[in-house]
Amino acid sequence: MSSKTNPFATTIGVVCVGLTVGILAAILQKLGNPPNMGICVACFERDIAGALGLHQVAIVRYLRPEIIGLCLGAFFAALLSGEFRPRGGSSPILRFMLGMFGMAGALVFLGCPWRALFRLGGGDMNALTGLAGFAAGIYIATFFFRAGFSLESGKSQPSPAGYVLPLIMLALLALRLLYPQIDGAEQSGVLFYSLKGPGASHAPLLASLGIALVIGFLAQRSRFCSMGAFRDFFLFRQTHLLWGVLALLAGIFCANLLLGQFHPGFAGQPVAHDKHIWNFLGMTMAGLAFALAGGCPGRQLFMSGEGDTDAGIFVLGMIVGAALSHNLGLASSGAGAGPNGPIAVAVGMVVLLGIGFFCRRKS
Amino acid sequence: MRTIDARGLSCPQPVFLALEAIKTGKDSVVEIRVDNAVAVENVTRAATSSGWSVAVAGAGEEMLLTLARQ
Repeated sequence: MSSKTNPFATTIGVVCVGLTVGILAAILQKLGNPPNMGICVACFERDIAGALGLHQVAIVRYLRPEIIGLCLGAFFAALLSGEFRPRGGSSPILRFMLGMFGMAGALVFLGCPWRALFRLGGGDMNALTGLAGFAAGIYIATFFFRAGFSLESGKSQPSPAGYVLPLIMLALLALRLLYPQIDGAEQSGVLFYSLKGPGASHAPLLASLGIALVIGFLAQRSRFCSMGAFRDFFLFRQTHLLWGVLALLAGIFCANLLLGQFHPGFAGQPVAHDKHIWNFLGMTMAGLAFALAGGCPGRQLFMSGEGDTDAGIFVLGMIVGAALSHNLGLASSGAGAGPNGPIAVAVGMVVLLGIGFFCRRKS
Repeated sequence: MRTIDARGLSCPQPVFLALEAIKTGKDSVVEIRVDNAVAVENVTRAATSSGWSVAVAGAGEEMLLTLARQ
């Protein structure tokens, strides 16, 4: 199937998808999601970890329907297009590590690459150092790619394997429906909820799920990837995906202006800190991890919906990484880096550089 | 003619292998086996922007891209 039969995968297609994602993210914020956090894959997977009791930080616990929608939207798109194919076996444990350390880096910055763009589009200038770090991390990865970096070939997997992540998402949705939030209560059945903080801010369930399903569908068809945008530019001077990322930024910026959600500045930005060195280094680590794994957190969710079990392992690594980041004091807060955040960045960079260096194709 | 097996590899590796063959090889025709639509799209984009033509045959997990110097 060439791009001629898939209009979404043309440059115009990916630009339209980027614009749509930006606008829908601004609308989700208007409908109740935290400021500059329309859809943050890292933050929302962290919130899911909290909802399931994997960490105990009271202000970031909510079973975000957006994550479910992104994966299932891509799942339906892959089924309809005939691209659903259970596959995997390409260094799964390394991908789990990449997911964990990628998440740790994102939580030092406080956001995934999508949120970095949403933050910038909302006027949070601290995102500039984050995005610069993200690009730097991907640039470091290009040296490994040129030296023959590979996590080696995957292969077809037994059919049930491809359904595991989509089914986990359906199970999470069932939990969310079975145990809805009870006013003033921190717990409903087996799920934890936030009473204040970012975890307490959320759009209505159907809006979150519906919008994420649309984004998941469009992103699977268009191959939208914030990491791939920079990687392909650095490696091949291709701007195809980069136009999509710029369109996302334009979409959220314009929609924020129209909705009164644009507040430029460095200080006092929502769910953000202005410690530039940690914004930069956190996203350097995240960018390197996502590049070595072959996709940003959003793209990993979409690929897991296509039956890619390696991407599914990465997603699970991110969720575990989020829980550990909070349990071990690695994640930042509005005040700055967490007590052990700098150690996480140092250790993480050593691990990631080691994976990049030692995973070279023999042939 | 050179044939490259890029099945099971995720991007950017199929693109890397294609461009390496285009830029460093002496062959005027290069065949690449891939097993996913994303690799087809990415290799096609990279090859056409290097001035090569691309013909796609097969489907599913057995797709063959034939790149020819224009």
